[in-house]
Amino acid sequence: MERIPILKLGSFLLVTIQVDMHDQLALALQDDLTDRIVRDRARGVLIDISALDVVDSFIGRMLGNIATMARILDAETVVVGMRPSVAITLVELGVSLQGIRTALNVDRGMDLLRAGIDGEIGIDDSQEG
Amino acid sequence: MTKTRIPEIIDRHREALLSEWLSLQSQLLSARGDRIFEQQTKTNSQDFLNALSDALSRSRGPDIAAPEWSRVRDLLTDLSRERAGQGFSPSETATFVFSFKQPLFVRLGAEYPDDASALQDELWTATELLDRLGLLTIEAYQKIREQVITRQQQEMLELSTPVVELWSGILALPLIGTLDSARTQIVMENLLTSIVNKGADLAVIDITGVPTVDTLVAQHLLKTVAAARLMGAECIISGIRPQIAQTIIHLGVDLSGVVTKATLADAFQLALKKRKLAIKPAGTD
Repeated sequence: MERIPILKLGSFLLVTIQVDMHDQLALALQDDLTDRIVRDRARGVLIDISALDVVDSFIGRMLGNIATMARILDAETVVVGMRPSVAITLVELGVSLQGIRTALNVDRGMDLLRAGIDGEIGIDDSQEG
Repeated sequence: MTKTRIPEIIDRHREALLSEWLSLQSQLLSARGDRIFEQQTKTNSQDFLNALSDALSRSRGPDIAAPEWSRVRDLLTDLSRERAGQGFSPSETATFVFSFKQPLFVRLGAEYPDDASALQDELWTATELLDRLGLLTIEAYQKIREQVITRQQQEMLELSTPVVELWSGILALPLIGTLDSARTQIVMENLLTSIVNKGADLAVIDITGVPTVDTLVAQHLLKTVAAARLMGAECIISGIRPQIAQTIIHLGVDLSGVVTKATLADAFQLALKKRKLAIKPAGTD
């Protein structure tokens, strides 16, 4: 069975979705990702959907689920590279992905994750000091 | 039905018919009476007479959709386009065909001084024919005007939603005019495409030029903001007039998820702050 590759980049995980998602693949991705977050002690997950032409409400919900699961495992999720047509479709479908952070591209998403982690460290430092 | 003698009559009295017809036209359209127009009308009328007698001699009945009439139809369509472009009214355009009736009927009457039934037949043929041609002219006129309207609507839609770059990474979208579903779609597409192209992560939607904000418009705005957020850009809505703020509250529209500012300047300042930029007076380092 095909699987979506998960790459480790420092303390973050990068998932690039390049094929059409179907139920089985989405569930496998959820499994793999939660496993990897725990195993690699990842602090952030970047999901790149710039290659997706079509995102339906199912994939929208799946992204939401992944973000919630990641948050429980103490990792931030950022969805990056959504195409304008996809964004319009999702809004029309009423899927607004509340609670998920978004960024224009992988670069910006990485900045966002780093800023989040730096912020936390900053807070820790101030508490210790 | 006996073969009509109209083409023969037209050919025989061509010059007289033409001059009478032309003088009638210039009389009816006296408001438009300039030299160029008269010259043009003369050319048009000559062409029409030639095409008409030619088509009549070849055709069987007054069925102007038949292939024999294609030249006459093309002539009239061109004429309608020309006159519609010059700002003529539909009746002024149709006058071209209808004013031909009088000179033609006079000739027909002279042709059949004693034979009432033949005269009636010919008159009926001529009337039916010219009426149909007149209607064709009006239809063509209407069609051309509709094309103009559609094109203008399209142009207006494109013109009315410019996306401007205020600073690198900060876009502004000044909305002017009523926001309906069709326009929202275009506004949204324009904004999202610009966000991608410019790599912007902040967008200011300025609604100073939107006359009224009802629940539908508010919903459209919220949709645009949500779509931009999905792409990873933040939106600030600015230019909310006091009247509109009151309306929004009375309608119970929830704008709490969106950053709003009173003026574009305020929104720009906030955007700069979010990008960790500041405007300072010159000379203070």
